[in-house]
Amino acid sequence: MSEPLSTSAAVKPLLEIKNLQVGFQTQNGLVPAVNGIDITLMPGQTLAIVGESGSGKSTTAHAIINLLPGSGRITGGEVLFEGRDLTQLNEKQLEEVRGRMIGFVPQDPMSNLNPVWSIGFQVEEAIRANGIATGKEVKQHAIRVLKEAGLADADKRLRQFPHQFSGGMRQRVLIGMGLSSRPKLLIADEPTSALDVTVQRVILDHLATLTREIGTAVLFITHDLGLAAERAEQLVVMYKGKVVESGPSREILENPMHPYTQRLVAAAPSLASRRIQSSNKNLSDLGYSAPRAAEGLDLVEAAEARAAQQASTPVAGGPAIKVDALTKIYKIRGAKRDARDFKAVDDVSFTVERGTTMALVGESGSGKSTVAKLLLRLEDASSGTVAIGGTDTAALRGRALLDLRRKMQPVFQDPYGSLDPLRNIGNTIAEPLQVHRVGDRASRRARVDELLDQVALPSALATRYPNELSGGQRQRVAIARALALKPDIVILDEAVSALDVLVQAQILRLLADLQAELGLTYLFITHDLAVVRVIADHVCVMQRGKIVESSTVDKVFDNPQQDYTKELLNAIPGANLKLGV
Amino acid sequence: MSSNPTGGPTDATRGAAPSSTHYVAALDETPLVGVDTVKVAEKRSNLWIDAWQDVRGRPMFWISAALILVVALVALFPGLFTQTPPNNNCILGNSNGGPADGHPLGFTKQGCDIYSRIVHGTSTSLSVGFIVIVLTTTLGILFGSFAGFYGGWVDAVLSRVGDIFFSIPYILAAVVIMSVLSQYRSVWSISLAIGVFAWPSTARVLRSEILRVKNADFVMASTALGLSRFKILLKHVLPNSIAPVIVITTISLAAAIVAEASLSFLGVGLGSNIMSWGNDINQAQNDLRTAPQTLILPSIALSVTVFAFISLGEVVRDALDPKARALR
Repeated sequence: MSEPLSTSAAVKPLLEIKNLQVGFQTQNGLVPAVNGIDITLMPGQTLAIVGESGSGKSTTAHAIINLLPGSGRITGGEVLFEGRDLTQLNEKQLEEVRGRMIGFVPQDPMSNLNPVWSIGFQVEEAIRANGIATGKEVKQHAIRVLKEAGLADADKRLRQFPHQFSGGMRQRVLIGMGLSSRPKLLIADEPTSALDVTVQRVILDHLATLTREIGTAVLFITHDLGLAAERAEQLVVMYKGKVVESGPSREILENPMHPYTQRLVAAAPSLASRRIQSSNKNLSDLGYSAPRAAEGLDLVEAAEARAAQQASTPVAGGPAIKVDALTKIYKIRGAKRDARDFKAVDDVSFTVERGTTMALVGESGSGKSTVAKLLLRLEDASSGTVAIGGTDTAALRGRALLDLRRKMQPVFQDPYGSLDPLRNIGNTIAEPLQVHRVGDRASRRARVDELLDQVALPSALATRYPNELSGGQRQRVAIARALALKPDIVILDEAVSALDVLVQAQILRLLADLQAELGLTYLFITHDLAVVRVIADHVCVMQRGKIVESSTVDKVFDNPQQDYTKELLNAIPGANLKLGV
Repeated sequence: MSSNPTGGPTDATRGAAPSSTHYVAALDETPLVGVDTVKVAEKRSNLWIDAWQDVRGRPMFWISAALILVVALVALFPGLFTQTPPNNNCILGNSNGGPADGHPLGFTKQGCDIYSRIVHGTSTSLSVGFIVIVLTTTLGILFGSFAGFYGGWVDAVLSRVGDIFFSIPYILAAVVIMSVLSQYRSVWSISLAIGVFAWPSTARVLRSEILRVKNADFVMASTALGLSRFKILLKHVLPNSIAPVIVITTISLAAAIVAEASLSFLGVGLGSNIMSWGNDINQAQNDLRTAPQTLILPSIALSVTVFAFISLGEVVRDALDPKARALR
């Protein structure tokens, strides 16, 4: 492969994708997923492909080393790797390229390690398959790979199994395997989207250091524009199977030209929170106007409008939610009679004023969702009290409990699980009315239409079923159902976390509008501190069941008191980006 | 949507897109569409509607459905298909005879009309099949749904009871029961004997389905609404778990028909006074070499019926399993 360079000045690109087209075979014929894209990656460079789900970004990554699923195939174009067209290689030749010259880090660390084999076995297998070492050297090499990946006690860890590793550690193993043969190119497909933000940061820092040392070029696939800009020099923005904008990251962020990129920049929570923060102004004094393409999707604008609205409505009538010393203890079944107590929620106290939004932020396992369940009386607290509108909820039974449920409704995370697939949208939204025997058939139908209108869905959807809807639309239906009984309080448990950024921005806007219109009190549970910046008034940061910091959003962002809060703030992508509003 | 970006597209050169320069695609080539716009499709769709759309286009569905319809008609109105009495007027002189005028399939050893006996035996087979699946499905749904949904000690008790019944092969159990109940051999007793030991597989399938569904967010949302646990089971969890039960029911109907025939063949099934394919096959076995048609013809009737139900089950399973659909 070492042809002499014709002109010494020009560095040849490592990877050149020319007019690549990929289609998927379905019952309705060939559906194009990638529509003639061009990407150039120089040796040692980091390039990020950004896009929403369905934009074709992962398909592009998979097409490079032909890892497309059964129904997908490359229908045109070239993938030149060091001048060789990878689309023309046969399976045997491709195996030579995969792993040895191009490493791959998959998205989901949970399912990409085989649970029945030890970590050592799997790393050694990769090393043998790539012909890096043979015989006794394999084990030594495996230990080195894991040490490089940041597992200090690698020699002991070799004999352990994937279930004994945390998600972050598994991703380290996968990164180690991907880099084990010192490939010239590493493809990382959303390598950290399944991980907590602080873990994400550490892993990506490590990945950057490693690839810089080895001199590996990285093709980084992500949905998060902030993350992409922070981690890559070059950015490629994909939309509906096409490249809409590409170039140096900084330039694209500061001066997005294509209206789609402008939308993405406007709607990314990480960027919005940075923009608000680096403006050094109060939200109410921003005087900001969004680019026209991003109308209704700009989070800074939404936050500003919300701040103005909140300032003009006086808080009245005591706290909506008052939680005092709430504790929940689970018994963990261990080996014989070794039941341990696990404090999922540990002495948690907070107050939410009427008409405001309290955000409960924490990483997985911090107990934030358990708090939601305790508040909703889906589970009973071990000790402590929850008062809703001044009434202690612990003792409520029967009729009184039903009345409590009327005042407080939840919206959950998973848009694909939150609606009963066999009940049509109208019946789903009317269910609360039925359960609480509100109105007759005709008035319920009228209320369903009204609710659909409130969440900006056409009333024709009432007779349709959830599987016709997108994730964002399902969440709208879930919100409509939650609002059916005219509750005072809505508990949003990661309600926007599973959505694409633009849809997320839309729903956040909708939530803010509904709050202003109906005077709702929100308890907003999330792992994403960036979203908190634009939607909440107060924030409680939770860690291992305890609240470590609790204050107004402005104070927490401007002047965090606890190390953990600082760590979370630093983990918001784009820390080193200076962005004016 | 919006026409021109604020900056205005610059010297974008299509196709070149060298990585170091800022490339912007022309807007007319990458038009923006609204975010998350609602498209109300022409047709409604949910699991059952989609499954119906799916089976409707498959010949195998129509073939098995037509066969089942014919078999059901024969069972309900045997008089429509033959006027020849199956039991009376049997002339021993026709013993094991070939086809004759008005007797298209020939005669049994007793000189009875084979065609008429097959027609009149249909209702027995189908009755046994239907009684058994009513029994197994009822027991299976009761045990499976309560065990899966309520969990804990309810699950422990119900599942162990199921395991006990599951550990005994139902055909062996039926042989034993029918030998003990030799005084009371009827369609009802044989159905009971088969059904009582055949339900645990339905219960197990349903239980695992319920375990999957009951953790969905919509169940939690209904709890937060104040719907009672039992109503949630009935309104939300069971309807979303029932699809595999329907598949297993169609296939176990076929299995029950086979089981009845097997028991009758072994001589512990229905009394010889009850007309059934199994009994006829039993009685024909001694003359297999001299008059094979007396055994083969009722066997064909049995096979066709079983085939119809099993292929219907297969078609329905494919239609109800989205994964199987994606693979095709």
